[in-house]
Amino acid sequence: MRVLTKGNIALAEGAIQAGCKFYFGYPITPQNDIPEYLAKHLPRVGGTFIPAESEIASINMILGASAAGARAMTSSSGPGISLMQEGFSYLAGSELPAVIVNIMRIGPGLGGIAPTQGDYNQAVHGGGHGDYRNIVLAPASCQEMFDLTIKAFELADKYRNPAMILADAMVGQFQEPCRLTPKEPVVIPQKPWALTGAKSRPAQLIKSLFLGPGEMEVHNLDLKKKYDTMEQNEVMYETRHLDDADIMIIAFGTPSRIAKTAIQFLRQEGVRAGLLRPITLFPFPSKAIHEYSSRIHKVLVVEMNTGQMLRDVQLACHNGTKVYFYGRPGGGIPYPDDIMAQVKKILS
Amino acid sequence: MQAVFTRPKTLKDTPTHFCPGCTHGIAHRIVAEVIDELGIREKTIGIPGVGCCVFLYKYLDIDVLEAPHGRAPACATGMKRVLPDRIIFAYQGDGDMAAIGTSEVIHAANRGENITVIYINNSVYGMTGGQMAPTTLLGQQTTTTPYGRNFRTEGYPIRMAEMLATLEGVAYSARVALHKPKYVMQAKKAVEKAFTMQINEMGFSVVEMLSTCNTNWRVSPTEAIDKLENEMIPYFPLGVFKERTGKDFL
Repeated sequence: MRVLTKGNIALAEGAIQAGCKFYFGYPITPQNDIPEYLAKHLPRVGGTFIPAESEIASINMILGASAAGARAMTSSSGPGISLMQEGFSYLAGSELPAVIVNIMRIGPGLGGIAPTQGDYNQAVHGGGHGDYRNIVLAPASCQEMFDLTIKAFELADKYRNPAMILADAMVGQFQEPCRLTPKEPVVIPQKPWALTGAKSRPAQLIKSLFLGPGEMEVHNLDLKKKYDTMEQNEVMYETRHLDDADIMIIAFGTPSRIAKTAIQFLRQEGVRAGLLRPITLFPFPSKAIHEYSSRIHKVLVVEMNTGQMLRDVQLACHNGTKVYFYGRPGGGIPYPDDIMAQVKKILS
Repeated sequence: MQAVFTRPKTLKDTPTHFCPGCTHGIAHRIVAEVIDELGIREKTIGIPGVGCCVFLYKYLDIDVLEAPHGRAPACATGMKRVLPDRIIFAYQGDGDMAAIGTSEVIHAANRGENITVIYINNSVYGMTGGQMAPTTLLGQQTTTTPYGRNFRTEGYPIRMAEMLATLEGVAYSARVALHKPKYVMQAKKAVEKAFTMQINEMGFSVVEMLSTCNTNWRVSPTEAIDKLENEMIPYFPLGVFKERTGKDFL
């Protein structure tokens, strides 16, 4: 059965279905539906909701809950996510799983609350200090808000690494029919590394400080191996009409939805456009983009920012590929007509 | 022959990194003794902050989570909510708790989180080389107050035990000292009280421990002991500022 559900609510229900019993968060628009839903519904599954005093406190409560072996989540937006960056770095350094949701708002500064994708670089290329990566998933529908949240918990536990859901406010706020049950049964893995008290085993330690000569280099290289494994095994993307395409549009989140409409209209006019939609922003579908661009020599990146994923696409593309960009920053949303006009201009 | 003094089981047999003359090791020993005496080693988890306290895991034979600077009470909150039947304590210095971590400790205390905080106040940032802390005494010279702390520019030393005692969620708040045997005995009683409060689910408990830092105070260990007695205690009075009874709690 499918139920008409708002993106943020689908995400929150996805967290519950994933076995997340601990949510800590601080209010910020446009993600307030998530904490409000969980404040109401976590108690019914024996869960705990804490309205934290700050995003710094939220992410550190997550650190504590995760170290104890629980599935825990926080959500925020823009400035709140910036405040949490220290915590992401500690989670990655301490190899602790956590799910963090960023329903992006416009920046820099207090910015605004209209849909944007301005936090791509912060999410995908760091944000916090040190040599680490977040797993980043980019839903483009209410159904994916539900499904990818469950996936985020799975990947976070599998790799003992923070996983972020990066969505724009459009995906968070619109409503679509959703299946609110997991596609596959949720399995929460055993966590023998968790801190539960040194009973019938030696004392355990979770830390990110390695002061001995060479220790941190070994740690960084171990983390790198983990990120390489993610790049081998966890890349997700969707393609549409790429078989015969003369141009490949690359977009994630809301712009990918608009691009699909544009492609439909373009095809009616005989223009052969196709789409590649990254679902995982880290690990990024570089290999797929490289392969497709060896055949499709024109690429148009569409984002709701001034060109952030663009750099990753440029690095991934086959030599000789021409990469074009169309961006609407600051709350601007591209219309199908705008994308169609860009495509026609490139192909003419 | 009867052994009258042995190493607590919870205290590992390893040299500490603390400077000669520092009283911080005594704080570790007190915590270890109390954990042993209450029989809670197997269900206790320590969460040190950043500073000289960070190496707690090297010295105590318990599960340990290293928290970001100032955030141990938030980490302890998350952990305690997952494991309400374990004994969770944060272990922080004065830079960690009284400067960068004020928000986290105040709100953990105000929520009445059933955790314990051991708070070491030595009036300087020790590990980073003796910079001014919020607890630095007026006139005290540090590397960042080379002319002495001046209330007009750096404000006054902050009294955390008294401040936290004003919050409804706090079950126990006390200040003790570590520089003489008499005070060490009192300190141990306070730590025992704090952990017992947690075992009895009374709410947030905190023990502030005045400790010497002869290295960064630039004095000898014995002079540091005199300084603690004659300069710190008059500003940071020892005592119990809040002690909730079962009746208050209900």
